[in-house]
Amino acid sequence: MAGSSDIVIWIPRLRRYARALTGDPAAADDLLQDTLTRAMEKFSLWREGSDLRAWLFTIMHNLFVNGLRNRPTTVPLDEGESLPGHTTATDDSTVNDLVKCLAQLPHEQREIILLVALEDMSYKEAAQVLSIPIGTVMSRLSRGRERLGQLMWGGAARDEAGEVELRVVK
Amino acid sequence: MNDFLIREEELQQYIDGRMPAERMVAFEALLAQSPAAAEQVRRGRELTRLCHTEFDGVLNEAVPPHLTTAATRHSVPWLAIAASVACLAVGGSVGWFAHGELVPRQIVVQAPPVYREAAIAHVVYTKEVRHPVEVTDDQHEHLVTWLSKRLGTKLKVPNLHDVGYDLMGGRGLPSGSGYGAQFMYQDAKGKRLTLYVSNDKKGNVDTAFRYAQEGPVGVFYWIDGNFGYALSGEMERDKLLAVADNVYKQLNP
Repeated sequence: MAGSSDIVIWIPRLRRYARALTGDPAAADDLLQDTLTRAMEKFSLWREGSDLRAWLFTIMHNLFVNGLRNRPTTVPLDEGESLPGHTTATDDSTVNDLVKCLAQLPHEQREIILLVALEDMSYKEAAQVLSIPIGTVMSRLSRGRERLGQLMWGGAARDEAGEVELRVVK
Repeated sequence: MNDFLIREEELQQYIDGRMPAERMVAFEALLAQSPAAAEQVRRGRELTRLCHTEFDGVLNEAVPPHLTTAATRHSVPWLAIAASVACLAVGGSVGWFAHGELVPRQIVVQAPPVYREAAIAHVVYTKEVRHPVEVTDDQHEHLVTWLSKRLGTKLKVPNLHDVGYDLMGGRGLPSGSGYGAQFMYQDAKGKRLTLYVSNDKKGNVDTAFRYAQEGPVGVFYWIDGNFGYALSGEMERDKLLAVADNVYKQLNP
């Protein structure tokens, strides 16, 4: 039978997600601490047999979004807004660049990329965690990856002639 | 132009390795005609790889005590014990002190039980779709030599093909003040088992075959000298026992 002690086995993965989401170790651990506290308070509401990981990540997502609302220290770029003077990655800065570029994404796109690419969640699980329809998961993931790729390496995905942008059918 | 029509959700599925097998051939034919889409695939997969390179280290960092306290504050004492043991299992004493936390020494030297370490490592890594192991079984010799060297013993890695599981590979992990090795196996349906070996079980009394249930994970384990062995799986006890029995016999001929 599952008990609240099962929460501790998810701590490392929640912590990895929080680190990637916030880009800051101290802020990540604060978010993790709030998540664990809330999870313990609400544990009686968790339905036995349902996905504990999804439940915990949902709590973290809600706290993260509420935190942004209350303390908007970073302003994400609007959809379609271009980035000023992005510098090209040098040999040893590629990985640092990832952290900076993730921080420049709207948090909705950052979250979906990390849940799918880093946490290896299925699209259905990610939809559950973020409380959005699966169609939104797919379009947000698509836009997010394209945006993050542009931030990392510049340009847009183009064909060989460099003229026609990829036609993507929704 | 219709040749270049690629649905965005399929492009994402393809990047994530989540495209249904029956669609792969047709989709790859479309992809071959669209350098732009192929570039998106390349970039998407590179982003995933970079995310893991950048953040996977967090999984092996010591969890500061105040965080596990948060998971135990509103609960009964046994949970506090479980939580502090869990963060030790994940962090190990080196990372613990490296963080500059003031931790009573006796907590650090008290090694967590092997079944709990094994269950945590099982949950952390078997859910990974793309990076479940550090070294794959393609490099079998390297895998065994490397982990044997780390644990300071000649490791024997059981062959479980006859009971339906093939070795995927393994990884090294911190274990208390020593090291652990995790070998992962998978059956034809993708169900995964892990065999965990730790060299930090000095002082534990030798045990024969025992069973523990850690949340969803069942663990058969035994202690032999300084070494603890544990086979973990999320399946019925009897099914796991059949495999564990096979493992035990191969390691103790």
